[in-house]
Amino acid sequence: MPRLTVTKTPKPYVGGAFIRSESGRVFPVHDARGAFFAHVPQCSRKDLRNAVEVAAKAGPGWARRTAYNRGQILYRLGEMLEARRAEMIDTLARFGAARAAATREVDAATDRLVHYAGWADKYEQVLGNVNPVASPHFNFTVTEPMGVVGVIAPDAPALLGLISLVAPVIVSGNTVIVLASEKTPYPAVLLGEMLATSDLPGGVVNLLTGFRRELLPTFATHAHLRAISAAASADERQALRLGAAESVKRVRFTELASPADWLGAGGQSVHAIRDFVEFKTIWHPVGA
Amino acid sequence: MPAPSARPSSRSSRRAPELRFGDRWTFDPAPETADPKLKPRYDLFINGRFTAPKSGRYFETINPADERKLAEIALAGAADVDAAYAAARRAFPAWSRLPGAERGKYLFRIARLLQDRAREFAVAETLNGGKPIKESRDFDVPMTAAHFFYHAGWADKLEYVAPGARVAPLGVVGQVIPWNFPLLMLAWKLGPALAAGNTVVLKPAETTSITCLKFAEILQEAGLPPGVVNFVAGAGETGAAVVAHPSADKIAFTGSTEVGKAILRSLAGTEKKLTLELGGKAANLILDDAPLDQAVEGIVNGIFFNQGHVCCAGSRLLVQESVAEEVLARLRRRIATLRVGDPMDKNTDIGAINSRAQLKRITALVASGVREGATLHQPACVLPEKGFYFRPSVFSDVTMSHRIAREEIFGPVLSVLTFRTIDEAVEKANNTAYGLSAGVWTGKGSRILKLSAELKAGVVWANTYNKFDPASPFGGYKESGFGREGGRHGLLDYVRVG
Repeated sequence: MPRLTVTKTPKPYVGGAFIRSESGRVFPVHDARGAFFAHVPQCSRKDLRNAVEVAAKAGPGWARRTAYNRGQILYRLGEMLEARRAEMIDTLARFGAARAAATREVDAATDRLVHYAGWADKYEQVLGNVNPVASPHFNFTVTEPMGVVGVIAPDAPALLGLISLVAPVIVSGNTVIVLASEKTPYPAVLLGEMLATSDLPGGVVNLLTGFRRELLPTFATHAHLRAISAAASADERQALRLGAAESVKRVRFTELASPADWLGAGGQSVHAIRDFVEFKTIWHPVGA
Repeated sequence: MPAPSARPSSRSSRRAPELRFGDRWTFDPAPETADPKLKPRYDLFINGRFTAPKSGRYFETINPADERKLAEIALAGAADVDAAYAAARRAFPAWSRLPGAERGKYLFRIARLLQDRAREFAVAETLNGGKPIKESRDFDVPMTAAHFFYHAGWADKLEYVAPGARVAPLGVVGQVIPWNFPLLMLAWKLGPALAAGNTVVLKPAETTSITCLKFAEILQEAGLPPGVVNFVAGAGETGAAVVAHPSADKIAFTGSTEVGKAILRSLAGTEKKLTLELGGKAANLILDDAPLDQAVEGIVNGIFFNQGHVCCAGSRLLVQESVAEEVLARLRRRIATLRVGDPMDKNTDIGAINSRAQLKRITALVASGVREGATLHQPACVLPEKGFYFRPSVFSDVTMSHRIAREEIFGPVLSVLTFRTIDEAVEKANNTAYGLSAGVWTGKGSRILKLSAELKAGVVWANTYNKFDPASPFGGYKESGFGREGGRHGLLDYVRVG
C-alpha cells in the first residue's frame, strides 16, 4: 500500500510566527492541473492591523542594526533560498511556471537578495551628501527608513516579484507587511519558512495571504503605514492613491509589464532603495 | 549658562543689571527709500509676454502694513491657464534639448540680473508681503539669487544627480507657491525645474503676486525663450486649474497640509509626479546643558523670523524642566526688545501679518490657547493703527493636547512645553502628524547626533535655527509632505530616473 503523504497546512509568516487568520477564514488553492492543493488563510483587515502593530514594534530594533548586520541577514536569506532551491522550483512549477522559467525565477530571486545585501552598507554613501552651504555650518544629508511599509506583490512572478519589492524596502531598516500573490500564494508561505531561519528578526517581514480587493483599502488608509510599494492595476492605483492622501503616504508603483521584465537589471536599483527612505538634513555650527 | 548660585565665585552675588529697551528708548524712523518701480497694473506672463487675462478681470493687491492698494493683478481663469500650459508645452522640446551648459547660462544670467535689481525687489517684496525690509534685503532676495546661481551650475551636470541611472526632464511642470517667501519659493521651484530641462507654469500666491510678475521682467531681460516660464496669478480657483491641467507632467506645491491632501486626491488616477512641501509644527528642544544666551536668540529667530510665517518655524519650544524658568524669563525679556511695526523701517524686527485672513486665524488660535488654560506673555508694544499686526506672543503652561501645541499657527506665537528626560522630549517632539523640521540645543555633540537621529523631521538644526541654503535639501516627513528642495536631492524630483 502506498504511504499516505503528510500534507502541510500553509500558514503565513507574521511577527516571527506562523499564523492562521484571526477570522478563521481560508480559501482553497489548486495547482496548475486543477488538483486541490491546500487551504490558505484568507487574512482579514484585522490581521493586517495586527501585522502593522508587530511591524511597528520590530522597526526601531531593525533600523538600529548596523548596515553590515542587515546586509549579512539579507545574504543569509539568500543562502536559505539557495538551499531550498529545488523545493522552490518544484513549487513554482507546480503552480504553472515552466520548469526553466521557474529555475530562472528562483535563481534571480536569490541573486536579487544578494544584490541588495551588498547595498546595505553602501547606499548611504551613494544617496547621502555633505552639502557646501555658504555659512559656517557643517551640513549633511542622511537617509532614514520611513517606518512600516505596505507591499502589494504582483500576481506573477509570485516569488521574484515579492522579493524584488521587499528587499529594497527592508535593506534600509524599514519593516514590511506584504500582501502575497492572490493567485499563487503558496510560494510566499514557503518563503516565510526561509525568513524564519534567516536571522531576520520577527516582525521585519510579515506576509499575508488573502484577497487584494478586501485588503487594499486598508493598506491605503492605515495611518501607521508610511508608504506603499505596489504592483497594481490602474484602478487599484487610483484607489491606493486616494486612500493614501489623508495620511500623505508615499505611494510607489513598480511598472514591469511582463514577468520576464522582473528578471533583468531593471528589477533592481539603488533608486528602489531611495524610494523608501526619508532624507534628513542636519545643520551644525562650525566654530561657534 | 548655569544659574549664578551654581558658581561659588564672587561674581555670583552680583547679578548683571538687566538691560531693558522695549519702548523706553524711542528710535528715529529709518525708512528704506529705494524705489520698488511698481506698475499700477500687472498682467499675466505667458509665452514670454505680458498678457491681459481673457476674462478681463483684475484683483487688487494691497500693502498689509497699511492696507493701501499697491496695484491691480490680472486674474487668470481656466482659459489663461490653458494658454500658459500650451506655451510651456511648445517651449519644452527646444528647451529640454538645449545643451545643459546653455540652459545653465540663462540661469546664471537670471541670478545676476536679480542681484543688480536687488534693492528694488527687496522693497517690492516688503511692500506686498509685510516682511521687515531687513529680512527681504538680507535674506529673501540674496537667497533667491543664490538659488538660481546654484542650480545654473547643475544644468550641464545632470548625469551626477542619480548615480547609475540616466535622467531625463519630466516635461511641463505646474507649480503653486505660498505667500510667506514669494521670491524665494519661486526660486526653489524654478531653479531645479529649469536646470533639469523642464518648462513651467507657476502660480504665485494671491496676496503676493507683485514680485513674481516683476520677476518676469528679469526673465525678459535674460532673454529666456518664450514659454519656458509662464506666470498665472489668482487665488485657489486658479491654483486648482494649474494642478488639474491635463498637460502637467508634474505638480509641485508648497502650502497647507489641507490643500496638499486635496491635491493628492485630485491627482489620484493620473501619472503626474508630485512633490508637496506642507505644514509643520516644529519642536525646538532646549536641553539643560544648552548655551542659553545662544539658545534664546535661536528661539527668537526660530519663531519670530518673518512674523512666524514659516512652515518650519520652531513653534513648539520643549525646555528641560531644570532650566525652564530661566529660559522663559530670558525669553520674556528678549521679546520686550523686539520692534514691531512698519516693515519698511530698517530697525523693524516683526513686520505686518500677511493678510487680514491670516491675522484672524492667528487671533483665533491665540484665543483658544488662553481659553484652554495656557498663560500668554506679550510685550506691551504699540502697534500701528492701520495694517495687520500681532504682538510677539509666548505661551507657557502649554500641554500637548492644546490646539496651540498641535495646529500650525503660522504667526509670531510660541508654545512652551517642558520635559524631564530626553526620551520624553523625543516622544513629545515626534508626537505630531507633521515632520518638517526640529531644533536641538545642547552643549554635547553626542547628544546632538543622537537627537538628530531620533527626531522625525526632514531638517534638524543643532544649536542654530532657520538656516537655509541652495545646497541644503529641505522638505518633510509624514504629513509635512514629500520630496526635497535644494541640493542634489531637490533636483531628483525634477527628473525621470531610469
